Amino acid sequence: MPDPTSLSPLDLDTPDKTFLDANELIINMGPQHPATHGVLRVILRLDGEKVLGLECVIGYLHRGVEKIGENRTYAMFNPYVDRMDYVAAVSNGLGYCEAVEKLLAIEAPPRAQHVRVILTELNRLTSHQLWLGTHALDIGAITPLFYTFRDREEILKIFEKYCGARLTTHAFRIGGLQYETYSGFEREVKNFLAFFRPKIDEYEELLTTNRIWLERTRGIGKISAEDCIALGVTGPVLRASGVKWDLRKAQPYANYKNFDFEIPIGENGDTYDRYIVRMAEMRQSVRIIEQAVDALPEGPIMAKVPKVIKPPVGEVYHSIEAPKGELGYFIVSDGSTQPYRVRVRPPSFVNLQALDTMCRGQLVADVIAVIGTLDIVLGEVDR
Amino acid sequence: MHDLIQYVQSYLDPNVKVTPGAAGNMFWAFVYIMLVFLGLSVAVIAMNWLERKILAHMQVRLGPMRVGPHGLLQPIADALKLLLKEDLIPAGADSFVFWFAPFIVVLAAFCVFVVVPFGPQHAITDMNIGILFMLGVSSLSVLGVVMAGWASNSHYPLIGALRSSAQMVSYEIAMGLAVISAILMTSLNATGTGTLSMIGIVEAQKAQGEWFIFKFFPLGLIAFFIFAVAMVAETNRAPFDLAEAESELTAGFHTEYSGFRWSLFFLGEYTAMIAVSSIAVTLWLGGWLRPFPNLLNSPTWDTLFSYVPGATFLFLAAICFYNVARMPKHPYFRIQTMGLGAFGAALALIGLILFIPVVSVRVQDIFWFTAKVAGFQYLYIWYRGTFPRYRFDQLMHLGWKVLLPLGLGVLILTAGVGLLQIKS
Amino acid sequence: MPEETKPPSQSSPPGEVKPATEKPAATPATPAAKPAAPAKPAAPAPTPWDSPMIAKLKRSYGSGIEPLTYLGQHYMIVDRSLIPEILQVLRNEEQFDYCVDITAVHYPQREKQFDVIWVLYSFPRNERIRVKTLTKDGESLPSSIPLWAAANWLEREVYDMFGIKFDGHPDLKRILLPEGWKGYPLRKDYGILQQDNEWVQINLGIESGQ
Repeated sequence: MPDPTSLSPLDLDTPDKTFLDANELIINMGPQHPATHGVLRVILRLDGEKVLGLECVIGYLHRGVEKIGENRTYAMFNPYVDRMDYVAAVSNGLGYCEAVEKLLAIEAPPRAQHVRVILTELNRLTSHQLWLGTHALDIGAITPLFYTFRDREEILKIFEKYCGARLTTHAFRIGGLQYETYSGFEREVKNFLAFFRPKIDEYEELLTTNRIWLERTRGIGKISAEDCIALGVTGPVLRASGVKWDLRKAQPYANYKNFDFEIPIGENGDTYDRYIVRMAEMRQSVRIIEQAVDALPEGPIMAKVPKVIKPPVGEVYHSIEAPKGELGYFIVSDGSTQPYRVRVRPPSFVNLQALDTMCRGQLVADVIAVIGTLDIVLGEVDR
Repeated sequence: MHDLIQYVQSYLDPNVKVTPGAAGNMFWAFVYIMLVFLGLSVAVIAMNWLERKILAHMQVRLGPMRVGPHGLLQPIADALKLLLKEDLIPAGADSFVFWFAPFIVVLAAFCVFVVVPFGPQHAITDMNIGILFMLGVSSLSVLGVVMAGWASNSHYPLIGALRSSAQMVSYEIAMGLAVISAILMTSLNATGTGTLSMIGIVEAQKAQGEWFIFKFFPLGLIAFFIFAVAMVAETNRAPFDLAEAESELTAGFHTEYSGFRWSLFFLGEYTAMIAVSSIAVTLWLGGWLRPFPNLLNSPTWDTLFSYVPGATFLFLAAICFYNVARMPKHPYFRIQTMGLGAFGAALALIGLILFIPVVSVRVQDIFWFTAKVAGFQYLYIWYRGTFPRYRFDQLMHLGWKVLLPLGLGVLILTAGVGLLQIKS
Repeated sequence: MPEETKPPSQSSPPGEVKPATEKPAATPATPAAKPAAPAKPAAPAPTPWDSPMIAKLKRSYGSGIEPLTYLGQHYMIVDRSLIPEILQVLRNEEQFDYCVDITAVHYPQREKQFDVIWVLYSFPRNERIRVKTLTKDGESLPSSIPLWAAANWLEREVYDMFGIKFDGHPDLKRILLPEGWKGYPLRKDYGILQQDNEWVQINLGIESGQ
C-alpha cells in the first residue's frame, strides 16, 4: 500500500518560483490541454522534466448528476447516466437499470439480457477503440486514431439503427428494453465482427512491436497489484497488474455467466501491459458478442414493470464491469417515485487517484502516457 | 550601359563553368538568390499540401478537398489567413527577442542554400568550406528556437526550448561524424586530397563512379543512416518532435506565437527539412548526378535520361487530367474541374518545354537533385504517419549511446579502409 | 454552516425538499403518491444477516453492530463509536482490502442526520459488504486513509457534498466544487437550483449561473 503521506498534496502555498531562480518548476497542465482528455487539470511539480509530484484538480465538468437523480423519477434519471461516461453510455445504462431492477426485485427477460450483453460489449469495443486512438495520439502516433475511429463508426451505426442515438444511447429501460432489435440486427452485428477481427490485428501491427511504442510504454506508470487494490483501482489497470478480477466473472450480472470468455491479465502493471490487456479484452468482447448473437433467444423484451416505478424502501448497491472498471450505483429508495439518493461510484474518478503514485519520478511525457493509459473520461470523474 | 550588359552576358559564356558566386558575377548571383528563394517558397507550399494529402491518405481520410481542386489552394488560403491574423505578443514576453526569434530560424534555414549545388554550376556560390558552412548555419536555428522559448516567458515554451537545444547539440555531433566519414571518402583520389566544397563532393562521387552511400558497403550506408536519423532530430520532426510535442507541451517553443510570426517558424521548419535533405543528397546520393552516370554513359542513355524530367511532368499532368475526368459533373464543381484542368495543362506545358534539348540539358541536374530531395520529404511525412514520439531521455540515449559510437566506429573504419585502398 | 438554507422559492421544481420518509407534492406523474406506503404490498424487508464473520464481530462488539441482509446484499449498521475499530478489523482481519466507495445519505429529519456508508469488497473472499453508521451534523468521523488509500478522494467528495469532516485526512478540501464555495449540495435542504451566487458573481463575473 502506498504511503498515505506520499499522497499528500503539493505545497502550493510557497510562492511560485519561476524558472529563473529555482530548479523546481510548477506547471499547470490543463484544464485546456490537448492531452488531458477533457478538462482535467494537473498541477505538476517538476525538477527539469522529472515529476516530483502532482495534484489533480477536477470538477470542471461537475453537473451534479447525483443531485439531479434525487429530483427525477427512476425512469427520468435513466438518460442522465449516459452523460457520465459518454464514451460508454450503454454500460452506464446497464448498471443503472440493473440496480433499479434489483431494487424492484425483477429481472429482465432472457432476450433482453442477451441484447444488453451484445450492446454493452459493443460499447466496450467503442470505448477501448477511443482509448487506443487517443492514447496512441498522446504518445505521438497519430495514425491509429483514424483507424480506430473508422471502425468505431461501424458500431455507432449499429447503435444508431437500434435506438436512434450514437453516443448517449439510452438503450435500455428499467425491466428490459424499449425497442425490439431491428430486422437484420444479428446479421449486421455478425458482419461487424467479421469486419472487426482483422482490424484488431491491424492496430496491433502498428503498435505492439513498434520499438518506439515499446520504449514509451514498457515500465512506464508502473503500479503494483497491492497499490492498485489499496487505491481502489479497477478495470484493465488492475488486471494489467496481475489481479485476475473482472466483475463479469467475480459477481456475474446480466447473463454473463452463460458466456465463455477469459480475463486477460498482465504481469508488470505498466503502460504496455495495460495496452496488451485492453487489446486482449477487445478480442474477448468479440467472442462474447458472437456467442450472444448466436444464442439470441426469442421472447419478450420487457419484464412486468409497474407503470409507476416505486421501489420499496431500501437501499441497494449494484456494480458492473464498465470498460474503465467497476461502475457502481448505490440507490436509496424511500418508497416514492424518485430515488432518495443515487450515488454513482465512477471507475474513472477512483482510478485517477492513482495518477500521482504512477507518475512520481517519471518524466512529463510519461504523465501524458499515464493519463492516456488510465483511460479516464472527465464526464465520469466530475459527474 | 553596355558595360552592364557585358557584365551580365559574361556569365553566359559557355566557357564559364563555375557558379555565379565563384565567377564573381553579382547580377547572376542575385538572380540565383531570387530563384532559390522563389523555388523554396513554392516548395514549402507544395510540401504543406503534399504533407496534408499524403498523411491524410495514410490515415484513411481525404485531407483538404474544398479550397481549389483537391485542396490545391489550401496552403495559399492558410498563408493568407496566417498573414491576416493578429500578431500577438504576450504581456510578459521580452518583446524584442520574441519578435526577432522567428527571423533567426528562417534566416538560418535559408542561408544554407547559398552553397547547395543544384547542378555543377547551379549554386549561388561554391565555397571551399561549403559543408562546414552548411552545418554551421543550419545549427544556428536552435538559437532562434531557444530565444523564442525564453522570450515567451511561459513554461511550456521554455521546456520546449530546453529540449530543442539539448537535442540539437547531441545530434549535431553524430551528424558531424557521419559527414566527416563522407568527406574522408572524397580524398580517395590520385592526389589524396579531399574537399569540403559541396560541388567538389559531388564531383568526387562522379569521379569515383560510386555514390558514397554504396562506398565501402556497408560503411557508407551506415553513415548515411546515422545522418538520416540525426537530420530528423535536427529539424525537430516526428518522431523527434519533442520541442513542439503537441500532446505534451501544447505546441512547445512556439506556443505563444500566432499569425505571421508563427508562419515564419513553419516556413523555417520546412526550409530546414529541405536544407538537411539537400546535405544528405549531396553527400551520399550523388547530388545532381542522374542514376548510373558512369555505368550507362552512352549518348543513347544520356538522351533517354534527359527525357525523364519532361516525362515526369507529363505523368503528373496525366494524373491531373485523369482526375479531371473523375470530377463530379455537377455545375458546382465546374470551376474546380476547370482549375484542375488548367493545372494539368500547366504541368503538361512544363513537361513539353523540358523535352526541348536545350532546356533539358540545362535543367536535368536540378531535376535529379530535386527528385532526390523530394524522396526525403516523403520519408519525413511517412515517419510522421508511422512513429510514436520518442521520450526525451530515450532521444538522448539514442543520440549519445547509439548514434555517436556508431558514427565514431564508421569514421574509424572508413579511414582504415580508405588508407588500405590508397596503399594498394 | 447554515442549517436552514432556503432554496430559491420561485420556480422550484417539485420534490425539491425531500424529507426522509414522506414526500410532499410528489412528481407530477403521481400526484397522489401517499407516503410511507410502498406500492407493493409484499415489500421485502431487511432480514438479519448471519455468518461466521458476523458471529465473531458480534462476540466482540455485541449490540454495537446490527448486521442485515436486503436483496441478497449484506450490510451492517455500526455504532458511531465503534467505526474506527470495526473498519480496522474488517480491513486487517477479515481481508476487506478494497474500499469500493464511501458515501453518505442525508436525512434532515433525524437527529443523527447522516448515514455514512463504506462499501467494502474483499478480493480473497469475493464478498461485498456495506458498513453504515449514523452521524450528527458537525460531527467528524475518523479518516480511513490509513486503511485504504482509495479513501482519500472519496472522503473529500463526501466532505464536499455533505460537509462531513474526516479527522486525520491530510488534505480535506473540496474536490468537485471550487474552493470557497458555500453550502453542501447533496444535503436535502440544498435546492437543486440553488447555488452560491456570491461565488459565481465574484469568480465568474456573471449575475447568476442559471
